[in-house]
Amino acid sequence: MSDTLIYATEVFINGLMAGVLYALVALGFVLIYKASGIFNYAQGVMALFAALTLVGIMDGQVPFSHLINAIFGTDIHHFGWHLPAVLAIILTMGVMILLAWAVNHFIMRHLVNQEPIILFMATIGLAYFMEGFGDLMWGADIKKLDVGLPMGLNTWIDDTTYNAFGYGFFIDNLDIVATIVAALLVAVLVAFSQYTKQGRAMRAVADDHQAALSVGVSLNFIWVMVWSVAGFVALVAGIMWGAKSGVQFSLSLIALKALPVLMLGGFTSIPGAIVGGLIIGVGEKLFEFFVGPMLGGATENWFAYVLALIFLVFRPQGLFGEKIIERV
Amino acid sequence: MNAVNPEGYTTADGRKIGPVMMEMKNITLRFGGVKAITDISFDIREGEIRAIIGPNGAGKSSMLNVISGFYVPQEGEVWFRGEKRAPMKPYQVAQQGIARTFQNIALFEGMSVLDNVMTGRLNYMKSGLFSQAIWKGKAEQEEVANREVVERVIDFLEIQAIRKTPVARLPYGLKKRVELARALAAEPKLLLLDEPMAGMNVEEKEDMSRFILDVNDEFGTTIALIEHDMGVVMDLSDRVVVMDYGKKIGDGTPDEVRNNQDVIDAYLGVAHD
Repeated sequence: MSDTLIYATEVFINGLMAGVLYALVALGFVLIYKASGIFNYAQGVMALFAALTLVGIMDGQVPFSHLINAIFGTDIHHFGWHLPAVLAIILTMGVMILLAWAVNHFIMRHLVNQEPIILFMATIGLAYFMEGFGDLMWGADIKKLDVGLPMGLNTWIDDTTYNAFGYGFFIDNLDIVATIVAALLVAVLVAFSQYTKQGRAMRAVADDHQAALSVGVSLNFIWVMVWSVAGFVALVAGIMWGAKSGVQFSLSLIALKALPVLMLGGFTSIPGAIVGGLIIGVGEKLFEFFVGPMLGGATENWFAYVLALIFLVFRPQGLFGEKIIERV
Repeated sequence: MNAVNPEGYTTADGRKIGPVMMEMKNITLRFGGVKAITDISFDIREGEIRAIIGPNGAGKSSMLNVISGFYVPQEGEVWFRGEKRAPMKPYQVAQQGIARTFQNIALFEGMSVLDNVMTGRLNYMKSGLFSQAIWKGKAEQEEVANREVVERVIDFLEIQAIRKTPVARLPYGLKKRVELARALAAEPKLLLLDEPMAGMNVEEKEDMSRFILDVNDEFGTTIALIEHDMGVVMDLSDRVVVMDYGKKIGDGTPDEVRNNQDVIDAYLGVAHD
């Protein structure tokens, strides 16, 4: 193999891994959009909030400690415990379910039958509220998230490829874990929506509200469930991204990376979110590798959006999205 | 008259009709200042095929929506199986055993026929998420039992050939039949049909009439149906309520209703002088 081809292969694999992480965020969007027709701008902030909460619970941080200290003149910061990761993840999931309930109870429930743009605006409001709320609850400093996932160079791949090509591939263990987790997550989500009562009810609500009501499905229950599932996906994405780049405000911006993924894969398709993520991941890494040097680099910042734009022109419904047929 | 006997009556073709199952008492429904239904009372008896007819805009669909919980009337009471019903959400009404179809078809377009009919069984699926996940014991038995009911309904309505077809691809007449199948899969105590024959050709209408009669005959399902077309209903139903401009103008057997002067006026029009 020529050197370029070997490097390109490494870039390709790394692109796939990055794509998986994009897909994880995009999945959360697809779930809510499918079930309620809402484009949830707050999905990225939900990932940030989940990661913040997880770190906070693990380290035994006192929530709202700044506020409490300011009001009562106390000086409390920590409960003084350190919880195991599994327990903290379960507790965080509880918080995300509570959040799902609150979102439905205080916002979405009152906006039934409103225009999509109004629902979208509501989620923008929610995003900024949660961003501030997360800061207030857990503090604005950058935190390190360590749930014990393997990180750093995978030496086995490094050795194997070195022996085969004379060049060791650098693949991060965390990316490999993320890929496995994403695969499991998709399998669980598909099984849930296809084979369980709740999944069937969820698909029913996504398809037709009236008909769902007529077969005895409570819309409120399903919406809370959908937001909880989206919260779960946000938690998974938050863990992976948080472990990779620390828990900080910029985590919420990964939502913007999910946009081109959704345009490619279609807003309504779970496999679309995966394939879209992979295409964007691989595309931007390979583009940077081959074309980047000619354009002065930093193509990763815009490549995904331009690709999505081109896609929009030729296939507005995305790769797997439902066909838009206008009957006249 | 049949209303006198609380135990029910026997129809001309020898079917036993039971006591009152559902009673609407002085229902009034307003949308803002517009009265859709004004002070209407009637009852539906067990085992009966009860029709609500009337010209366009008479308030028939509104009445059906009141029964199925989609609208909450401002005045009046709804009694079901001897109990006064508190204001309910449509899904709660469905859980009580009242299934319905819609005038302009509300199916899950993205799902197959089988999946659509299967949603009719949602209220019969009780096992928890965990046991469903491992697919053991109760969950499996439940799924098998529900599938049996669904297959029986599919056989009954002669839609075996399209079981796996996505609903979006079906012609109108078949969609209506799938919607009926979904409602039947819930094994309802009371089945509400909103214009089951609207937009159908003669042959499809005959099929649908036959199915409605067979459902009533074979499962003993009580049926309340709305129709616009008087002719079809007269052959089907045991008793008929006639509505016009939100008011009840007639109630009785098809023959009684057919000879009611108010009904004739409403349908044929009357000279205003």
